[in-house]
Amino acid sequence: MDPVRLITFPMERDYSLTGPERQNAFDKGLAGAEWYRTPVDRKVLKSLMKRTDWPATRDIAIWVAVLVGSGAGGILLWGSWWALPFFFVYGVFYASAADSRWHECGHGTAFKTRWKNDAVYELASFLLMRNSVVWRWSHARHHTDTIIVGRDPEIAGMRPPQLIVLCLNLFGIVAVPQSLAALARNAAGILPPDEADLIPESERDKAIRVGRIHIAIYVLVALVSLWSWSLLPLMIIGLPRAYGIWLLLVMGLPQHLGLAEDVLDYRINSRTVLMNPILRFIYWNMNYHIEHHMYPMVPYHALPKLREVVKHDLPAPNPSLWNAWSEIIPCVLRQLRDPRHFIRPQLPEGAGVWEPVRSNQTA
Amino acid sequence: MPWIDACALVDIEEEDLVRLDHEGRTYAVYRISGEEVYCTDGLCTHEKVHLADGLVIDHTIECPKHNGQFDVRTGAAIRSPACEALSTYPARVVDGRVHVEIP
Repeated sequence: MDPVRLITFPMERDYSLTGPERQNAFDKGLAGAEWYRTPVDRKVLKSLMKRTDWPATRDIAIWVAVLVGSGAGGILLWGSWWALPFFFVYGVFYASAADSRWHECGHGTAFKTRWKNDAVYELASFLLMRNSVVWRWSHARHHTDTIIVGRDPEIAGMRPPQLIVLCLNLFGIVAVPQSLAALARNAAGILPPDEADLIPESERDKAIRVGRIHIAIYVLVALVSLWSWSLLPLMIIGLPRAYGIWLLLVMGLPQHLGLAEDVLDYRINSRTVLMNPILRFIYWNMNYHIEHHMYPMVPYHALPKLREVVKHDLPAPNPSLWNAWSEIIPCVLRQLRDPRHFIRPQLPEGAGVWEPVRSNQTA
Repeated sequence: MPWIDACALVDIEEEDLVRLDHEGRTYAVYRISGEEVYCTDGLCTHEKVHLADGLVIDHTIECPKHNGQFDVRTGAAIRSPACEALSTYPARVVDGRVHVEIP
């Protein structure tokens, strides 16, 4: 294979939100469509959706304690190799764990109290260099049109896969400059066409204000770093988004990677992976991803129970991350040659019916 | 507008809602507690998802798809991505039946 293709090969399809695939999605009835969901008794669903502050309060307290403890250890041992394990933990909890807090609080399901969801959402958005307004609308669209090309702005596994970029982003090498540039654009009052497609007019000033606040803080930290001629301030604020994000990609990319595009069934385009309790704490149970997409109102702490209710209708979960990546890696390598290839999960006998709406993909 | 017999009060659990289809339109009928009932349009103003599958918390209805929230008393959108208010309609309980005044 030509190694240059690993970086530069053209996309099979146009994944932008303003290109020709957008109209295709509407024409094929894929935009804002009805999706298959495993039926759940209303009383059972209500009990699963029930909101409470306690689990998230406990988990956020642990998260903050780990951040403060590991951050303090890193600061105290700065200049010694002993600081490394502290920054290793700090980075993972700063960036990888922030994503799931961002996600759950963005849905408003982590806490019963709204301001607590909003506060954690804003904090996590900052840690992840995401404009909280832009990404709220982006994620809403992701739930409306999950992995619908031309509509979903959060398709991480475009075809053919950008392998070098994916690998570099284990340490944010491409994503961090892109994120800062996106925030800087917003701070300058610019919403590019893809963002303007997502965000209603009434929310755009707020998006610009958030961009300005984020950029102002990052500039301030960079100036402190320069003034003190030390990397330490940036190691605490900013750089963890780069050096601590790798675990999120390892846990999060399997959500949809290698699965079908343009189907109206989460069982076919999403993946549930079983994980150990430590990873599930960091990831706030987002490994139950089919379940989450079917019923996004169910809080993270109730997802294991939801799984028990719907699992008879779902494909068998991947029993481990290792297992998930073992099926993903051969698939994405094949997609380099055959971008239409994807993994078709096996539904259990008697499962509810889903109808594929595209036929030009090969399994 | 005429008063319509929507359902029996006991058909709606407390802090819950039911869907009401009438004259080609969809409404949501809520019971907060006791005989405190409300009626709004039945589709989320964000992306036209049926609110009947959503969650009632205190006096808010949360959309089941994107978690946008509305105050069922006024219809006001109180959490994005819901930005536009729901229309509301008078509702009352008469002899154990929920009546709503809808077009």
